[in-house]
Amino acid sequence: MKRILVGIKRVVDYNVRIRVKPDGSGVATDGVKMSINPFDEIALEEALRIKERGGAEEVLVATVGPADCQQQLRTALAMGADRALHVQADGVIEPLVVARALLKLIEREQPLLVIVGKQAIDDDNGQTGQALAALWNRPQATYASKLELSGTVARVTREVDAGLETLEVDLPAVISTDLRLNEPRYVKLPDIMKAKKKPLDTFTLEALGVTPRRQLKLVKFEPPPQRQKGIRVKDPAELVAALKKKGLL
Amino acid sequence: MSAKILIVAEHDGARLNASTAKCVSCARALEGAEIVVAVCAADAAAVAAQAAQLAGVSRVLTVENPANAHALAAVLAPQLVALAGPFTHVLGPSTTFGKDLMARVAGLLDVPQISDIMAIDGPSRFRRPIYAGNAILTVELAGEGKVVGTVRTASFEAAATGGSAPIEKATVNVELPTHTRFVSVSAAKTDRPDLQTARRVISGGRALGSAEGFKILYSLADKIGAAVGASRAAVDAGYAPNEMQVGQTGKIIAPELYMAVGISGAIQHLTGIKDARTIVAINKDSEAPIFEVADFGLVGDLFQIIPEIEKLV
Repeated sequence: MKRILVGIKRVVDYNVRIRVKPDGSGVATDGVKMSINPFDEIALEEALRIKERGGAEEVLVATVGPADCQQQLRTALAMGADRALHVQADGVIEPLVVARALLKLIEREQPLLVIVGKQAIDDDNGQTGQALAALWNRPQATYASKLELSGTVARVTREVDAGLETLEVDLPAVISTDLRLNEPRYVKLPDIMKAKKKPLDTFTLEALGVTPRRQLKLVKFEPPPQRQKGIRVKDPAELVAALKKKGLL
Repeated sequence: MSAKILIVAEHDGARLNASTAKCVSCARALEGAEIVVAVCAADAAAVAAQAAQLAGVSRVLTVENPANAHALAAVLAPQLVALAGPFTHVLGPSTTFGKDLMARVAGLLDVPQISDIMAIDGPSRFRRPIYAGNAILTVELAGEGKVVGTVRTASFEAAATGGSAPIEKATVNVELPTHTRFVSVSAAKTDRPDLQTARRVISGGRALGSAEGFKILYSLADKIGAAVGASRAAVDAGYAPNEMQVGQTGKIIAPELYMAVGISGAIQHLTGIKDARTIVAINKDSEAPIFEVADFGLVGDLFQIIPEIEKLV
């Protein structure tokens, strides 16, 4: 069966104002709204559109994380994913561990394509897709803003610093999404009801044979330095004079 | 044990990207580190010569292969892994080139990666922004061994030139994949300074109203020698191409002067400009969050203000 596997992460919602805990041990997440990482939502939307066009038969959504992540998996099922895979893991899970867990799921499910977000908006690491492609020894096309499948290849337009780059990759491959790939759909109420009946399988890292290795110590979290609030100028002349005085013009 | 740092050069086949000189500055923060720059190219001579001039570089390694004509992460990564053996740190810039490549290198090496290094506090201790720059994380390697990193270029000055490091040809015996093929790259030709290295940047937001509206920014930029950027909203609306986007998911920049024109100042945008020396905000909404971070704020109609500024400079 032609499958697409989408990796998602549960993160603090992008509208939440981030506060560092006073003791520097982390970022406050108690009682904070959690969501699917926005880039991963785009990844899922792209997979659903490929399936709707007839390019795939099944969309799987997978995550690695604590029990609460099932909320986001249910949301993904409500968006239209056919099946969810939850790899249970608590505490900090480093990108290489996530990549290894996803690789185990790939070995079980043999997807044609894996789509993930280019980065998660919490730790901003931006590593999982590339690490997975490396471990899987398959192509990667990161920062996709356009994706076309034909037969055994994908043609991917990537948003790079120079502009737009187009790559052709053999399938299976890992694609990571940028913001302009698509606009994810909204979930409708009847679909939320339907999603409750869709299959959600759980695994442990141990059962998959993945060691939850911690290679990094998170020493401390600090709020960023604040910029001093500046002054208001009344007109362009005052602005230009001020900038000239500072040697900026 | 002193650090041995391999820096992956970013280039277009002819010119070394300024991001590489910033990586060298980051590496120099480790006292006594041996700094080696790797240039993977089809023909590495010109780029290697530029890398050899960066102050602090002790050697330049070239890996020449026709397959390196375009920077494909899947092709470059195994070559860098072959070079990485003796090094304690393998660094690349946190640009789309480096972010794409380095995490693949880390995956192949099976070592951790520190993304967006903004400071090196020691051989195994780094600081990096998380949550779109809303928190700064100090992270330490839990064990011994190699680490891969991407360097947040806005946090470092470019290393000076004037050095003359030896250039050596390296041979790597690895099979390169053919499963990933370059097709094309499209970029608008511009005579304006490069957005990532420009001393002055003028960025426009959705308030510019159209691609046509951006022309007043181009005109002012050309008069003062500035690069032009854009907010995500302006790029999404099609007023400016994606390579002009400044912010968390676009370019992170640190110019001496940043002028935000008709940009409200979403946190994702502010992430991209917080290292600018001086920020000017021009917006008709006096409550716009951009004014919270601006050194100089001017409330009013940008379509009147920008041409007036152009006349005054």
